[in-house]
Amino acid sequence: MARAHPKSTTLLDARALARALQRMALEIIDLADGTDTLVLVGIQRRGVELAERVGRIIEEKEAVKVPRGAIDITLYRDDLELVGPKPVIGETRLPGDLAGKHVVIVDDVLYTGRTVRAALDELADFGRPRRISLCVLVDRGGRELPIQADVVGQTVKVEPGGRVDVLIEELDGRDEVIVVERP
Amino acid sequence: MTVTLGKDLVGLEFLSADQLRLILDTAEPFKEVSERPIKKVPALRGKTIVNLFFEPSTRTRISFEFAEKRLSADTVNVAVSGSSVSKGETLVDTAKNLEAMRIDMVVIRHGASGAAQFLGNRIRSNVINAGDGKHEHPTQGLLDMLTIRDKLGKIEGVNVCLVGDILHSRVARSNLWGLTKLGARVAVCGPRSLLPRGIEQLGVRVFGRIEEAIEWADVLNVLRLQLERMEKGFIPSLREYYRVFGVTMERLERAPRALTIMHPGPMNRGVEIDSRVADGPHSVILDQVTNGVAVRMAVLYLLAGGRPELADAAKGGVE
Repeated sequence: MARAHPKSTTLLDARALARALQRMALEIIDLADGTDTLVLVGIQRRGVELAERVGRIIEEKEAVKVPRGAIDITLYRDDLELVGPKPVIGETRLPGDLAGKHVVIVDDVLYTGRTVRAALDELADFGRPRRISLCVLVDRGGRELPIQADVVGQTVKVEPGGRVDVLIEELDGRDEVIVVERP
Repeated sequence: MTVTLGKDLVGLEFLSADQLRLILDTAEPFKEVSERPIKKVPALRGKTIVNLFFEPSTRTRISFEFAEKRLSADTVNVAVSGSSVSKGETLVDTAKNLEAMRIDMVVIRHGASGAAQFLGNRIRSNVINAGDGKHEHPTQGLLDMLTIRDKLGKIEGVNVCLVGDILHSRVARSNLWGLTKLGARVAVCGPRSLLPRGIEQLGVRVFGRIEEAIEWADVLNVLRLQLERMEKGFIPSLREYYRVFGVTMERLERAPRALTIMHPGPMNRGVEIDSRVADGPHSVILDQVTNGVAVRMAVLYLLAGGRPELADAAKGGVE
């Protein structure tokens, strides 16, 4: 959509993003009171890559294996009825039974909370974790549901109509978080 | 341009390669849903689907019903016997009455070629063809294609031979349209009396002998020989058919490479296929059944609802 140049600013550059992930990893270890039952579950797509990165950091710091999973929440969306062409569905894979685990959902941006609501419903169909927490790289405000994150990389207020674009090396060729204000 | 399917799925003949790929790619994540502890996702919650079967069917009807239920749709099965259809109600009247009860989709199996299209043109609900006469059986064609892609990693350039009664087979037709669009080479093999006249003109190779077909093919899709074909004089006898066209272990052992063996079911063991082949290492017959549910989930998902005019109202929904 080629509208007149919307204003876009860098929220996190590559180094700031790396630091944010380091801090998020430490907070997850604190939150989970160790890593014995920890499972990281990324939301497709960028949440999956972020969960992988955070997972590697935790593994280095703690010298343990942290199981990772991915979920695609498309089939649990509350607006599936309303979207035009049906969205492409990504892969869902969870590392075994979640019963008794502390699942940390990882996503790139927390906005309305509807994605997280869908993820909670979907996880419930895979078992009964002891606890579920939420970890996001950016919280941009604008919630439409009573949901909040336990671990946040960066908080920023972005008006409706604006966007937060999370670019990551594995998918986009570089690490950067950009805020695009409504033109 | 985003690829969509439109309102109905009547056949593969008029679908583009992109539309076929969309369905096959969408089927992939649905395979995993059937492996979950709770085999159900809420994607079609609140939708009502009628399975309208004017011909007997076990496998296809059950497969559709699983697909519908795993998407959380509400389903009603209407079979021909004991319904007002046998009292002479027309197809459209039946469907209009169902529609008056606020249904969303119809899955139809009918003995008349073109029945699904006819219905789709006359009702607002989405219509999915589950087999119409000798015309098409699109979801069977799709699950065959998905199975080939799973097994061989691709469809393009694969040699697929359909064996048996091509003349009366809607499965053969759907396979033919779908596979050729995605770049497979398709051949047929069977008694002359069971091959449509002029089929060569569709770019299809014809093998008169099963040994030649086995030498050429990567995949044999062995079709069911309808037993009534013998009564009507298309073939001299079942034993004769098996002797000449039966897919046997002995014949496969002489093949230059390992073949993948498919069959849409239900099988006549010892007529078109040897039991040892059907249960053997190269058979993907049960994979076809598993894939059938995934493909039907994909089709239902892609066709259902989709009311873009409401999309504006939902702006700012899921990020």
